[in-house]
Amino acid sequence: MPIIATQGLTMRFPRVTALDDLTVAVEPGVVGLVGANGAGKSTLIRILLGLQPPSAGHATVLGLDIAREGVQIREQVGFMPEFDCLPPDVSATEFVVHMARMCGLPPTAARERAADTLRHVGLYEERYRPIGGYSTGMKQRVKLAQALVHDPKLVFLDEPTNGLDPAGRDEMLELIRRIGAEFGISVLVTSHLLGELERICDHVVIIDGGKLLRSQAVEAYTAASGMLTVEVEEGRDLLGQRLYDQGVSVHPEGRFLVIDIAGESTYDLIRDGVADLGLRLVRLEQRRHHIEEVFATSHTAQPPQPGQAQPAAVGAYGQPPPPAMPGQPTAPAQPDASGQPQPPQDSSATGPQGAPR
Amino acid sequence: MTTSTIHDIGYRHYDGRRLGRAYVLRSQYVHNLRAAFGLGRPARAKVMPFLLSAVMLLPAAASVAILGFTKEPNALIRYAAYAYTMQVVVAIFLATQAPVIASRELRFHSVPLYFSRPVGHLDFVLAKFGAFVTALFILLAVPVTLLYVGALVTRPDKMKPVMEVVEGENGEMVTGRVQKPDSLVEHTLHYFGGLAGCLLFALVLAAIGLVIAAFTTRRGLGVAAVIAVYMISSTIVVIVQGIAETEANNFTVSGWAGLFSPFNLVDIVQVRLLGAQLTAPAAPSGVVGGLAALAVCAALVAGSIAVLYRRFRKAGLS
Repeated sequence: MPIIATQGLTMRFPRVTALDDLTVAVEPGVVGLVGANGAGKSTLIRILLGLQPPSAGHATVLGLDIAREGVQIREQVGFMPEFDCLPPDVSATEFVVHMARMCGLPPTAARERAADTLRHVGLYEERYRPIGGYSTGMKQRVKLAQALVHDPKLVFLDEPTNGLDPAGRDEMLELIRRIGAEFGISVLVTSHLLGELERICDHVVIIDGGKLLRSQAVEAYTAASGMLTVEVEEGRDLLGQRLYDQGVSVHPEGRFLVIDIAGESTYDLIRDGVADLGLRLVRLEQRRHHIEEVFATSHTAQPPQPGQAQPAAVGAYGQPPPPAMPGQPTAPAQPDASGQPQPPQDSSATGPQGAPR
Repeated sequence: MTTSTIHDIGYRHYDGRRLGRAYVLRSQYVHNLRAAFGLGRPARAKVMPFLLSAVMLLPAAASVAILGFTKEPNALIRYAAYAYTMQVVVAIFLATQAPVIASRELRFHSVPLYFSRPVGHLDFVLAKFGAFVTALFILLAVPVTLLYVGALVTRPDKMKPVMEVVEGENGEMVTGRVQKPDSLVEHTLHYFGGLAGCLLFALVLAAIGLVIAAFTTRRGLGVAAVIAVYMISSTIVVIVQGIAETEANNFTVSGWAGLFSPFNLVDIVQVRLLGAQLTAPAAPSGVVGGLAALAVCAALVAGSIAVLYRRFRKAGLS
């Protein structure tokens, strides 16, 4: 049974459409929800909590209907908001105990659960001090604790790594991974950074402008991409030009050549090219996708992959190479006939902006 | 596992009881009631509520002491007059504590944490409203009860009759008419009338204070706004009443104007429906006046709950 399933979910506000016909289903586990700021992540969580009725469509959470069974949903889920939501003048213990009671836990159980949960998120003696004096990292842990204190079946974590330094970010990600793996609680975690979700999620849903961009297991994002990376010691452009003349789709990328695999013959052409030109071959490998590539065409300026940092080199060889996957960029998830995911490729990165290659 | 040698002692699931709506509502009510007196919060949050509660008790204690000392039945402050007499202190309590109840969660954006739990919007508002009404009732009823206990102990009904100063036929002051002190039964009746008045004061003041505080999220601003509304309404009403009585000799206008000041409003109900003596400057005559005042009170309470409901519902979506 999917923990979350939406069908044609649409949310229109007077001026913006926050969600646009979103249909997605995710299985238990750690699920990443990725989108740029304003992509509709927080709106989706509010709707799934049953706090805001959608303009159209319906959804179920843990098999419960958001329109009719909001209270039952809220009994079984936890929510960690993105913004600061903690009163500064009470201690973490008092606050989390209060929040546990708000979930219906009896007084004694509320105290025990609060102490347990705060320990699990890594707050010890400081939990007796007022929250006002906490660091951002500690506050994020309290926010996480209040979402977990009633032992939910599913937690919504909205931007849990926001504002954390790299070390705090790593600790938070490790905690989220443990919530899914050890606590056995399903997690829906949002972020605008794909890289960090790649490390902890089983499944990633990407939305942009309220539309579903992609919903896949993480392995699918990082599967072999149908491209080869070739590195030769010198004469990269010689090889590139030769392969191009032979009708191979190729473009330079940093010190490498990126070559689309058209079939077994592509390997032969590369081998022959390298041999005929007398080049020294350093690397010939199947390229793996990076989850960020999904966003390479969108407006979020994701840092490019390593080795891709010289855009000036892209598109040498006189004419532009044909786009690797015509028509692919920003299209909704649709695995091609072979079942292999085909995210938009770098070669078409400037396509939507209309810049000629 | 990386860093978690110390807190990696295993997660335990909770399979104990989960109590329902009544328990959650009660927990919220108790939480808010404690917050109104600064309990469960730092010491500085307790200063104002406890200081003001003590100040509220002083006149009652003094009154009982004087009664015991002078054996003069009239030394005891009338139960129904206590809230009106002490209205400045009550207003300060209202101004300092209404933001604690109404705008704390708004200020710290913690409202969504409640509504993402099995907490209903109306329950949330009713718990706050009920808690603040209770806090104000405690503030008002404890000194009134002290007066009553003082009366029970010193027995003013056994004291000698009072010579009352009245105005004679020719306008001169004569002492003559003898007023018999209230019996204990009458004291008890007046006491319960006074408690009913206290409850009505608490309802009306909570309604006004919470709405104002819920829309002035910054604490200092909330305090100032509540005080301002209290002072402006009282002052304007007193001025209007003064003009109507002295310039136009119109006691009808003066009486109805009383509906627009919270303390005068409740005193009208006390006088016209609960059989108390008038403490406020004026009251519209007859039971009709009392019912009108009671209707205004009810409208204030209902309107306040409706406004708070919408306010918190919206805040829950932020």
